[in-house]
Amino acid sequence: MTYIFDGSLPGLLTAVFEWFERKPGTVSLKSIETFQPEAFSESFTVVTNSDKADRVWKGLQGKLKKDWLRKFYCAYLSEIPEAFDHLFQFTIYVFQNEKGAENNYGNAHVIALAKYAKSVEREKHRMEAFIRFQHTADGIFYTGVDPDFNVLPLISNHFKNRYADQQWIIYDLKRKYGLHYNLSTVEEITIDFAVGVNSKNPEAILLNEKEELYSVLWKDYFKSANIVARKNTKLHIRHVPKRYWKYLTEKQLS
Amino acid sequence: MSFDRIREKLNILADAAKYDVSCSSSGGTRKNDNKGLGDSHSSGICHTYTEDGRCVSLLKILLTNHCIYDCLFCVSRKSNDVKRAAFTVDEVVELTMNFYRRNYIEGLFLSSGIFKNADFTMERLLLVCKKLRLEQKYNGYIHLKTIPGASDELIKEAGLYADRMSINLEMPTEAGLKLLAPEKSHQDVIKPLAFVQQNITQFAADKKLIKHVPKFVPAGQSTQMVIGATPESDKDIMYTANAFYKNFSLKRVYYSGYVPISNDSRMPVLGTQPPLLRENRLYQTDWLMRFYGFKVQEILNDANPNLDVDIDPKLSWAIRNMQHFPVDINKADYKMILRIPGIGVMSAQKIVQARKFGKLRIDQLKKIGVAYNRAKHFITCADSPYQLRDYQGTQIKAFILAESQSKYLKTDSNQLILF
Ligand code: SF4
Repeated sequence: MTYIFDGSLPGLLTAVFEWFERKPGTVSLKSIETFQPEAFSESFTVVTNSDKADRVWKGLQGKLKKDWLRKFYCAYLSEIPEAFDHLFQFTIYVFQNEKGAENNYGNAHVIALAKYAKSVEREKHRMEAFIRFQHTADGIFYTGVDPDFNVLPLISNHFKNRYADQQWIIYDLKRKYGLHYNLSTVEEITIDFAVGVNSKNPEAILLNEKEELYSVLWKDYFKSANIVARKNTKLHIRHVPKRYWKYLTEKQLS
Repeated sequence: MSFDRIREKLNILADAAKYDVSCSSSGGTRKNDNKGLGDSHSSGICHTYTEDGRCVSLLKILLTNHCIYDCLFCVSRKSNDVKRAAFTVDEVVELTMNFYRRNYIEGLFLSSGIFKNADFTMERLLLVCKKLRLEQKYNGYIHLKTIPGASDELIKEAGLYADRMSINLEMPTEAGLKLLAPEKSHQDVIKPLAFVQQNITQFAADKKLIKHVPKFVPAGQSTQMVIGATPESDKDIMYTANAFYKNFSLKRVYYSGYVPISNDSRMPVLGTQPPLLRENRLYQTDWLMRFYGFKVQEILNDANPNLDVDIDPKLSWAIRNMQHFPVDINKADYKMILRIPGIGVMSAQKIVQARKFGKLRIDQLKKIGVAYNRAKHFITCADSPYQLRDYQGTQIKAFILAESQSKYLKTDSNQLILF
């Protein structure tokens, strides 16, 4: 038996609700995007319902401590198809057992969630580290990114707290939405890039006159800080995988 | 400011500062509660890595590389023929703010050569901090060098604005230091370290009684020793480190493999490779002391004054102490599990939690993250294969080396991994 949901978090939680109402035995959960009908397997389409979802989420809050609620949310943001099923099974497992069952690292769903969450947290951390703002002519600090996972919701507070006195935009070019901090709140935005701005072509945005100066100084600094006698390219690449280089001012040719 | 001149200054003053290896931005607790710029992330963030693989988290610069001293191991020494430069206070403030705004850095690491005298230098460093904090509402990280010989008043005031302060031992022993810098002594370091430490303790005590006590060096103090410029043993180095951790509650001791910068006959000559593997072994030992519950005497002692080169110190210890093994994963204390080669802090914690739900098997240990091929020589678990004979420590070492050999050959010999 396969449950199909719309890919949203409330949808996933509703699926758990439906399962407990019906107790249909072993079920696997797939999102509508990845579902391919199989001839011999039954399926059931979950209709997302926010009341049902809320009840399941409340239930989880009663069962799990904060750190595990966070892991749950992170695993969801991974957007990995198998992660949805693990989340579904994990939730059922947690509800069917005594409090503390999430510490059973011998359980396949527990381990899987911990792993997805770790990858997502790593990507979040990398975005916090590797994002480079450019100061635009209209005074906004802008960056475009395309993270492996949907981490914008996770990094929003970090940037809001840190850059409280400057307007900034972080735009997810892959998922086509962004965050704009307007000196008081963070709003979700979509930008219509008439000129086709992408991460390789940020010059299409008009930059502040000082921007060039500071990006050159930063590149200089990056070079000066290196100790040639200690060169270790492998270690360097392990810390800064090549796919992130496009973000880094210091990695662009001057 | 003129573009070319500021570029030149930055090149000179960043280049001279890079031998201070600390770039940690951790331990800060400053919140952005004045709607200014920046906060500090308690675990620190590396914004990029140099091509030698070191974390870049802070804008690390000297205020000036003019210096009245002549320490042989230092590029800024008076007698060295290098270009000299000095930033103005405002230049440092502007650079810091602008780098920070673009998310290049977590903060500033400001040090300086000593010009005129200690107080004159310290005053200027203090001025940078005050401008950043008070005029610019900057709440990012500041790591400030304590200038040896500066007055208590200046040091104490600086502690109100800096997150971390540090002062380097430079050489691991007094004898080593005297050899290369006759004008200096470990006492010059101990006095300010102790003074800052007393104040940290005092502010913490006041905080318990009074609500609004300002922060004082919230990320604590650190120091650095240069390794391989003078002939100390690993035991000398780590015993010094241990004493400084204990006596001054240091947050970190850094070990910096000496990179030859001069042809003086008292030190390794130009072109000598910096001792990177040795440096790594020292960091591993440091980790074992701080996070794995080892006493330094267990790892280094008169019988073993230097760390093994071919295996890490945790494995060395295990092999020398086979009487403690094998350890039963399903029963042993957390403390003992931490001592098993191939098991790190995270895995040890997971093991202790997971075994409450049933005896752990090999496949579960692997999933938890245990390096099983290494650990298997030292443990038993629910489905351990029955072992006919006990192997000697030396045989186990040979197995592990043979196994890691192929991997080792493929990777670069100076690729450094912790356990
Ligand atoms: S006092 Fe400091 S800057 Fe001056 S030569 Fe000695 S180590 Fe270098």
